[in-house]
Amino acid sequence: MLANYGYKDGSGDYFITIDTDKCNGCEKCVEACPQTVYEMGEDDSDPLREDPVARVTGEQRKKLKYTCAPCKPYLNSLSGEKTEETMKEIEKLPCVSACELKAITHSW
Amino acid sequence: MITAITAGIDLGAKTVKVVILKGKEVIGRGIATTGLDQKKSAEKAFDAALKEAKIDLKDLDRVVATGVGRTEAPNANSQITEVGADAKGAIFLNPAIRTVIDIGGEEGRGIKISPEGRAVDFAINEKCAAGAGAFTEAMARALERPLKEFAELALKSTKSIPMNAQCAVFAESEVVSLIHAKTPHEDISRAVHDSIADRIISMVRRVGIEKEVLLIGGVAHNVGFVNSLNIGLKLEVIVPEYPEFIGALGAALVAAEQQE
Amino acid sequence: MAEEEKKEYWRWLESRWTSPDIDWKKGKVISAGVDVGSVSTQAVIMVDGQLYAFANMRTGSDSPNSAQNAFNRALEDTNGLTEKDVHYCVGTGYGRVNVPMAQKAITEIACHARGANFMYGPTVRTVLDMGGQDCKAIRIDEKGKVESFLMNDKCAAGTGRGMEVFSDLLTISINDVGQMSMEVEEEPEPVSSTCVIFAKTEATGLLRAGWPKNKVLAAYCRAMAGRVNELLQRVGVVKDFAITGGIAKNIGVVSRVEKLLDMKALPPKYDTQLAGAVGAALFAKGLYEKIKK
Repeated sequence: MLANYGYKDGSGDYFITIDTDKCNGCEKCVEACPQTVYEMGEDDSDPLREDPVARVTGEQRKKLKYTCAPCKPYLNSLSGEKTEETMKEIEKLPCVSACELKAITHSW
Repeated sequence: MITAITAGIDLGAKTVKVVILKGKEVIGRGIATTGLDQKKSAEKAFDAALKEAKIDLKDLDRVVATGVGRTEAPNANSQITEVGADAKGAIFLNPAIRTVIDIGGEEGRGIKISPEGRAVDFAINEKCAAGAGAFTEAMARALERPLKEFAELALKSTKSIPMNAQCAVFAESEVVSLIHAKTPHEDISRAVHDSIADRIISMVRRVGIEKEVLLIGGVAHNVGFVNSLNIGLKLEVIVPEYPEFIGALGAALVAAEQQE
Repeated sequence: MAEEEKKEYWRWLESRWTSPDIDWKKGKVISAGVDVGSVSTQAVIMVDGQLYAFANMRTGSDSPNSAQNAFNRALEDTNGLTEKDVHYCVGTGYGRVNVPMAQKAITEIACHARGANFMYGPTVRTVLDMGGQDCKAIRIDEKGKVESFLMNDKCAAGTGRGMEVFSDLLTISINDVGQMSMEVEEEPEPVSSTCVIFAKTEATGLLRAGWPKNKVLAAYCRAMAGRVNELLQRVGVVKDFAITGGIAKNIGVVSRVEKLLDMKALPPKYDTQLAGAVGAALFAKGLYEKIKK
């Protein structure tokens, strides 16, 4: 199950996608994120699932562009294009690299 | 040697600004609201600046344009980006500036300046009112107060309350419910300014915030915003005398250099 | 002090309904779902998994009251059915934790998926929900289980609130904007600003330039369709496709979304705003059966 947290506004797309089928609840992303973007909780899309999964906190879902900005110093602000180079940098983000199961991806 | 007379024109989303320089001295400033016809608005701003400088259009040796509508500028010999113009103007005012925060009506940007005085990195918020002057304007309208009065109210606030909405449209509804809940207008104003300052700070943090910090653009006139920004940054930002003209000033300085 | 009341063009109509074909007294499980949205609140009563009664009301200033009002309204005209007779109730939506009669709260994503599966049948794979303050794109399987979702509640573009701003600006009732936007000879270019605040400024400019209101509406409906299309593409669009929420009633947006996707939305059998509450009532039935075992 792919949970896309975040938003799209006039300035662009800002989504963190968590694959809850991959997530094993290890909480490493929660510890790795310097801005406390992640939390563990009930699966938003599957209320019958009993194990907690990683989620983006309700507060942060509406401001990822701003909250995640300090971790993304490489982005070319002019084009916002996802080049190969930026894709490599995305993999180095604290949250993305902390997840051994590769359940976390960023759209920008 | 005759001192060159140059002009910089900044065509913003809300207003058009013109600065006229004689050498490196400002001799005229003009501002006009951006209307449907950008050229006409630009001419208005030019007329005002020329009048103040007591010269004619033909006396200008060179004109450089900047701003979102820079390609529409009449009489312009060349163009530069807003980031380039802001950096130029900022360093001219104070060579110690390392960070420029420029908040206009529809855009906000943070620029990092190297010790050599060049713009080395920037972050921008555009096409979303949440990080621009339009945000506070919409909230002032919701409170049915003039912008200036609304901004000053924030300084009298005794309580900081968080706002949930990030979007200006949703924030308007939130402000209306705060009014209905009899929240003092002072605290609402503070909450609005804290909320936009919070977003701007996060944006500028991407390029790194280093002293001295210069705040420019029309929103620099908003004392409530400056207050929230200072509290959030834990430092005092420098606000120049004519903050909305710094982009145009930078463009005029570039024109002067090119003339040499 | 006589003050002329300002007409509220954005206000939509409230409604309620009871099925004439069901006798609740013969039912085994009576379940309820209450969906407290930011703008509207729906209460649904189901008898053995069949839709029995519902109410669709505007959300008031606090969630518990809004939930109670909608719930009471749904119980009116139901042949003596009372709150005590309801076996299990699930709350959902923005105000889900504040539903006083609910035993459990479930997120709106899960409830919408389940509700859309019930309302449109098991062939539905993609659900677009355009609510008052959010826009959801959900991919589901044949059982109504979520495979992928996104919820955009940060930005007003692509939500009912955005449309309300335009209905107010143009002083046209929210119930008529969709139809009016269809009455143009030629499709205008969409409004270029995504941000509702900037789109409003742009529209004011278009009106000043002499555009008739229906043409401005067409330009906005088109922009809105473009926007939700982009959101849908993120989760991927698979047939069949259904639209729920208040904006599903707006032909101006729906027809333009269909055109962009080159796909017809399934025709709704019930009030499109009910999906969340229906899903909640279905979960309520399942949860009740689980504890009874």
